[in-house]
Amino acid sequence: MTDLNQVIFSNINDQDPWSVQAYLSSGGYQTWKSILTDKTNKYSPEMIIDTVSKSGLRGRGGAGFPTGKKWSFMPESSQQKYIVCNSDESEPGTCHDRDILKYNPHALIEGMAIAGFATGSTVGYNYVRGEFMVECFPRIEQALHEAYELELLGTNILDSGINFNLHNFLGAGAYICGEETGLLESLEGKQGKPRFKPPFPANFGLYGKPTTVNNTQTLASIPKIIQHGADWFSSFGTEKSPGTIIFSVSGHVNKPGNYELPLGISFDELLAYAGGMQNNKSLKAVIPGGSSTKVLPADIIQSCTMDYESLQEAGSALGTGAVIVIAEGTCMVELLKRISRFYFAENCGQCTPCREGTGWLYRILDRITKGNGKINDLELLVDVANRIEGNTICAFGDAAAWPIQSFIQHFFNEFEYMVKNRGKSMAA
Amino acid sequence: MLNTKIKNEIDHWIHKFPEGKQQSAIISSLHAVQHHNGGYLTTEFMIDVADYLGIPKIQVFEVATFYSMFQTKPVGQHEIAVCTNISCMLRGSDNILQHIEKRLNIKAGQSTIDGKYFLKNEEECLAACTGAPMMTLDHHYIENLDIKTVDQILNDLENNND
Repeated sequence: MTDLNQVIFSNINDQDPWSVQAYLSSGGYQTWKSILTDKTNKYSPEMIIDTVSKSGLRGRGGAGFPTGKKWSFMPESSQQKYIVCNSDESEPGTCHDRDILKYNPHALIEGMAIAGFATGSTVGYNYVRGEFMVECFPRIEQALHEAYELELLGTNILDSGINFNLHNFLGAGAYICGEETGLLESLEGKQGKPRFKPPFPANFGLYGKPTTVNNTQTLASIPKIIQHGADWFSSFGTEKSPGTIIFSVSGHVNKPGNYELPLGISFDELLAYAGGMQNNKSLKAVIPGGSSTKVLPADIIQSCTMDYESLQEAGSALGTGAVIVIAEGTCMVELLKRISRFYFAENCGQCTPCREGTGWLYRILDRITKGNGKINDLELLVDVANRIEGNTICAFGDAAAWPIQSFIQHFFNEFEYMVKNRGKSMAA
Repeated sequence: MLNTKIKNEIDHWIHKFPEGKQQSAIISSLHAVQHHNGGYLTTEFMIDVADYLGIPKIQVFEVATFYSMFQTKPVGQHEIAVCTNISCMLRGSDNILQHIEKRLNIKAGQSTIDGKYFLKNEEECLAACTGAPMMTLDHHYIENLDIKTVDQILNDLENNND
């Protein structure tokens, strides 16, 4: 079990790990101070972006885009630029950013400061989901206050000529604000409706200015990567999926939890960390990366390693690393109906295929579970999903379609049985 | 009318944004007003926020009706939100919700007649999946629920006449 908590959660077992004293005594803010006092040009923005690129760090918010590459898209210009952290954690099954905000807020602050320096952004916003207002928000606000008190943020920080001001922002409940341009709209005080891309945020972001949006876990990984180097980080994980990731393991396991582990461990190893199957039941299926990723039956996931490539080859994705474990005896029709209810409720209403299609999907599944399904409903579900996929402004439409396609592909018998037996579940 | 405390709170948020971008403070302003007004927004308060920020009213109405944490009708004093998304569903959240509905004699989305409880119809995942099943009580996270714990929480609330 020595592979646990090597990077972001390395201080998780310290006394009050969220306090600035604990963070400092574990070497925190050393990287940022080195940058601020650098006289040898060892820490130029180019060098930092290069290190992040070489480390192989990919965005942990779900899309897995190479972080260094994203930073390099920021134009060189004298205009105001922004770094924005996406702490609007709301992908079903995912709850590791919550723990970062609660237990390691200074790593995020330091990571944002470094990201701001590397991308030429002198102002940062950390967009925290509204539901975290009582639990996480005061803690990240306190951490920010402490960082200012130590004069590690502000204008001409430690006489370095470097400016970086950081603000926490609180959302108000909308899954779509986790989409980066929806988040920027929300930060501008509007409905969180995603924007057409291009232009991408690097060219037209917050208030129309160049902006980089990164996920909480991505940014919290940065200080250690710069401190110990790209080779150190990429010594964890696999060649193509380097580093560690926090898996949120939930569902039918004995020890649900957030486990920071090297990418590329086998699914069975991860399941062992999570204490194995609850009540010794057999594994039926796994949703490996949050509800937007495709479900995989037991035999497929058990031959997978937990990294970007293996899960993609298996027909799904690593997503946010939210591993939802499903035991035998679970009704897949009811589960899919719940997933569809979520996408129906949370779609922003902008694109017709998604706005109307998600309603269709939910209503068809609802009638199937109530015994009123028709035999061509299964074909209809896939048809509607296919018409949403790829036809919307943002990836939400795809995220609503993929569960439908994969549940019906892998568990067709259960859906057919329920339709033929007037709502009776095969799992019951 | 917005009182001084709310105005100070709004000013605190306005200062986080560039000059002329006070629209960014709408969400925070509405949180402040809703908290002050017992958990919901009135049209009058929304207009007050628009006037104070110096922006068109429609921009405030749009925000107030888009985000699920804003209530535009009166609700009960204590907000209970039971997560019923997949990770919680797999660990019995439907039983928890049904129990609360039965005990409070309301359905999700409703408030009790005595105005004490508002059982939010929670569609989102509340990001505490490893502590499923869970709920929030006035935004405090309570995890690894069972019926006994829920009853204990509700009993405590009932004995407390705040």
